[in-house]
Amino acid sequence: MAGILVYALHDDEGNFNKNSLGAISEAARLAGEAGGEAAALVVGEVADDACAALGKYGAAKAYRAKGVPEGLAQPIVDAMAKVMQDEGFSYALFGGGLLGFEIGAGLTARLNAGVTMEVTKVKVADGKLVAERPILQDSQVADVGYVAEPGIIIGRLNAFDANEGDGSADVVDVDVELSPWSSKATMVQRGEQRGADVNIEDAEILVGGGRGLGAADGFGLCEELAESMGGAVAATRAVVDAGWYPYAAQIGQTGKTVAPKLYLAAGISGAIQHKVGMQNSENILAINKDQNAPIFEFSDLGVVGDLHKILPKLTQAIKAKKG
Amino acid sequence: MKICVLVKEVPDAAVQKRIDPGTMRLDRSGEKNLNPFDTHAIEAAMQIKEGGAIPVEEVIAVTMGPDSAVRALHKAVALGADRSVHLSDDALAGSDVCATGYALAKVLESESPDLVLLGQQSDDGECYTIGAVVADHLQMPSLTQVIKIDVEDGKLRCERQAEYGYDTVQVELPAVISVGDAINEPRYPSLKAIMGAKKKQLDAKANGDVGIDGGMVGEAGSKTAVLALNPPPAKEAGEIIEDEDTNETVEKIVAWLDERKLI
Repeated sequence: MAGILVYALHDDEGNFNKNSLGAISEAARLAGEAGGEAAALVVGEVADDACAALGKYGAAKAYRAKGVPEGLAQPIVDAMAKVMQDEGFSYALFGGGLLGFEIGAGLTARLNAGVTMEVTKVKVADGKLVAERPILQDSQVADVGYVAEPGIIIGRLNAFDANEGDGSADVVDVDVELSPWSSKATMVQRGEQRGADVNIEDAEILVGGGRGLGAADGFGLCEELAESMGGAVAATRAVVDAGWYPYAAQIGQTGKTVAPKLYLAAGISGAIQHKVGMQNSENILAINKDQNAPIFEFSDLGVVGDLHKILPKLTQAIKAKKG
Repeated sequence: MKICVLVKEVPDAAVQKRIDPGTMRLDRSGEKNLNPFDTHAIEAAMQIKEGGAIPVEEVIAVTMGPDSAVRALHKAVALGADRSVHLSDDALAGSDVCATGYALAKVLESESPDLVLLGQQSDDGECYTIGAVVADHLQMPSLTQVIKIDVEDGKLRCERQAEYGYDTVQVELPAVISVGDAINEPRYPSLKAIMGAKKKQLDAKANGDVGIDGGMVGEAGSKTAVLALNPPPAKEAGEIIEDEDTNETVEKIVAWLDERKLI
């Protein structure tokens, strides 16, 4: 194997994304086993020392495409494709998140390469990479191999842990010519926060609300219950996009990742995109009227019933118990 | 302008899905339905057409799949599409994401659309990816998981959630946009529209009709192979309570919480 190239996403302040750093560590581990080296690709005006610091996570080189804007996929497809081809990388690896899906998919078309997404684990067999992808609501895991190189692997959110050690990456500047269609989408505003700023990451008890609440005011039930337990309220993407609850409280694929002592899911179906953000909670209690909801497959206690009846009584009972 | 909406027939949500161990492909027998996310894409097309910010001559539903996929097209037409195109060819069976994206791009090319819309994911597999694959083949700008589209001066102003919050992105046409389910509430088709759907023009196309290179699709053109299927890591099944008497249910929940020192 000739090497693995990882896209390292960063925010407007230049902080690298945790999932990208995890993907770099994973690439370094795989390169150690299969031969070749792990490298990262960074776009935009990122400082030398910030790029070199990717070496701490296992990148031997950091390719920097200064003229390529961050935040939209297609210019980064141009950069990834150029470095993959010029330097002869065997695989491209992306940490979980939205941009990784888009860039990986675009790269598939550009390089006529195989792609596997929602990957939770990567292993080496005969010097090649094999991606493990859970399918059919995580009821089975497919081992996916690549017929030819290069291959593209898109991780699931939080699939790869970032391991920080010593090391410094060599920073290599690359000139990338953008495809004509890559500059036809332009960012007007990036990373707008909508709604109140709430902190859910430090809470030991979280009451999460989903579509099953029925309407925005259903969150009142969650807030009362959370208050009775000294916890906070979180939400699914569907209800945040619908404007029922602030973005800062969102858990999942494009939101926050939490691991409280108790996660009480009220009216949440448990789609993979939500699951990846809360499955490491110590105790998961789900209330849902649909007995086939996927959330029951990974909850410790599942209650099949109407949350509008159960939540108010539960709040009362907890208050009474606490006196 | 001309809008093509990519749609897909998927196993109905109520069907227990399984992989055929012989072919390593999804067993597609049983009840099928139009992919729910695609109904949002059709609705988005209808809202652009009815919105009047840009004249829309035609909305065309496009699918790739076996004969039965015609029913997904009928449903798409009942929801408002003017006509439909069905790419069907035995040589397409077993196509992976790379091969499927290529084939869809070829059939779309034959329609020269100004806008391609699709649902952000299919109920049965290729999460989030197909739009971006198609876009790169068509050499069009693209954005996925979009929850708001406005037409302004012949361009699209799109909003979506990304890693750091909401992004607003301006996209020039022609473009490929995948939409999330928060973008709209799809309308219900009228009985008249359902009855009339089968009478609308439906063009059947084979690989040769749209210039698909047979070596780039199907199993021969796929770049990935499923090597094995394994059960997921074992997880202890949780306890399930059916709420019959809510007071009793609440008592059980409180006892469970108490046992774990969560109160």
